[in-house]
Amino acid sequence: MPPLESLVGFIEFRFPAFLAMHPLVAPFTAAKIRALNVGDEVFLTGTVFTGRDAVHKYLHEGGKLPPDINLRDGILYHCGPVTLKDEHGHWKVTAAGPTTSSREEPYQAQIIGDFGVRAVIGKGGMGERTLAACKEYGCVYLHAIGGAAQVLAECVKRVRSVHFMEEFGAPEAIWELEVEAFPAVVTMDSHGNSLHRDVLAHSQAELARRL
Amino acid sequence: MSALLESLIELIRRSSAEIPDDVNEALVRSLESEKKGTIAESAMRIIERNIELAKRKSQPICQDTGSVIFYVTCPVDYDQLTFEEITREAVKEATRKGFLRQNSVDSITGKNDGTNLGLGSPTVHFHQHRSGETEVRLVLKGGGCENVGAQYSLPHEKLHANRDLDGCRRVILDAVLQAQGRGCGPGVLGVCIGGDRATGFEFSKQQFLRMLGDRNPDPTLDALEQDILKTANELGIGPMGFGGRTTLLGVKICAANRVPASYFVSVSYMCWAFRRQGIQLDAASRIARWLY
Ligand code: SF4
Repeated sequence: MPPLESLVGFIEFRFPAFLAMHPLVAPFTAAKIRALNVGDEVFLTGTVFTGRDAVHKYLHEGGKLPPDINLRDGILYHCGPVTLKDEHGHWKVTAAGPTTSSREEPYQAQIIGDFGVRAVIGKGGMGERTLAACKEYGCVYLHAIGGAAQVLAECVKRVRSVHFMEEFGAPEAIWELEVEAFPAVVTMDSHGNSLHRDVLAHSQAELARRL
Repeated sequence: MSALLESLIELIRRSSAEIPDDVNEALVRSLESEKKGTIAESAMRIIERNIELAKRKSQPICQDTGSVIFYVTCPVDYDQLTFEEITREAVKEATRKGFLRQNSVDSITGKNDGTNLGLGSPTVHFHQHRSGETEVRLVLKGGGCENVGAQYSLPHEKLHANRDLDGCRRVILDAVLQAQGRGCGPGVLGVCIGGDRATGFEFSKQQFLRMLGDRNPDPTLDALEQDILKTANELGIGPMGFGGRTTLLGVKICAANRVPASYFVSVSYMCWAFRRQGIQLDAASRIARWLY
């Protein structure tokens, strides 16, 4: 069997749910999250909160969330959206792709535990500590399509609120977004599986045979 | 508004909102080659939809509109100073219109004044030539893919890479492996063998000005390009690192002289949101034709 087929074969064998598509609709209960497996494609409907470097550092250092934000059973999105105020003074999201998640690896596990986060959306995947926290607390990592700013912005139906605008600036603020059928792929599940770890191991082995 | 200013704003708009044809063709081929029903195929579909949507709405393909890098080829007596002033004005105006995100941050204070102007922002490279034509090319180089670029100094003991072509092959493929999907693959590699630490990366980036489907006139480098492309696509990293058949859309390699003591291999990675365009200006600085 050619080596590439063996990798595709491996993933399809290892993750039989590989081709499954799942609507994932709020409330994001532990049971719904635990039912997800690596390779599942989800379409998310509900509320997500953006947070990037400044928010993660702040929460990690013991910073408090504003009283009207609750991350319990919530979704954290690694994203710095491009936003505009329309003529009625309402915020509109014009671009909303994911940013690289690995920068939050030092903070993520603790935040998942402390705040009861059920899913983290980003790109590029995260490391072993986050994977362990996903397993312990019942959380998943959802990989959005990097660069798909327009498709993902179309999924944002409403901006509910924005916090920390003054302190952190617009891209780093916490934006509370109502999304509909937002596409993402489970690449780290709550059972200890990581697509990133597996693809890395297999590509490493394939490369070794070609050097 | 001066004609040059208008032409440059349009160059920025089109670069930010539209994928050039040669890259789009490669993306379509990659979508077709992915196995049906996989997440790799699904990722490529979303990418295709995103490209269409951005073009239709005249909005940035990706929210990271990148480092703004101009390459200008101009006649001997061309007024570069005025050109640069107008370029800065064009960047500021394009930012105001939303073709570019407020994307340039003071490295020390962390302040973003929202203009995209500052030292090195934008960057303008001038090259004079003896012809009377003026051509302006623009590359918008995203940050996520810039972060997975790498510079290797040979020999590289851990990778068993000596100062020869096999050593170059080893480190370039290592860069692909290390990047996984983090550079928003499927991507394109621009590589420079040789040069110093600065020129190495400068030349590797210039490779992105080549047409994706062209062939290297140097048979040795051509063979290396084809080999790296084929091998990288056999690793199974796939779009976004989801596993799949297309890891790279293209590989472009150049060689520059080096001093005997150094042997650098500089690898720049360009994401699927490969934004580059170019214009030829007429005598009145209007757009005479598009270069890609
Ligand atoms: S790497 Fe490219 S596609 Fe990905 S977020 Fe950055 S600019 Fe956008």
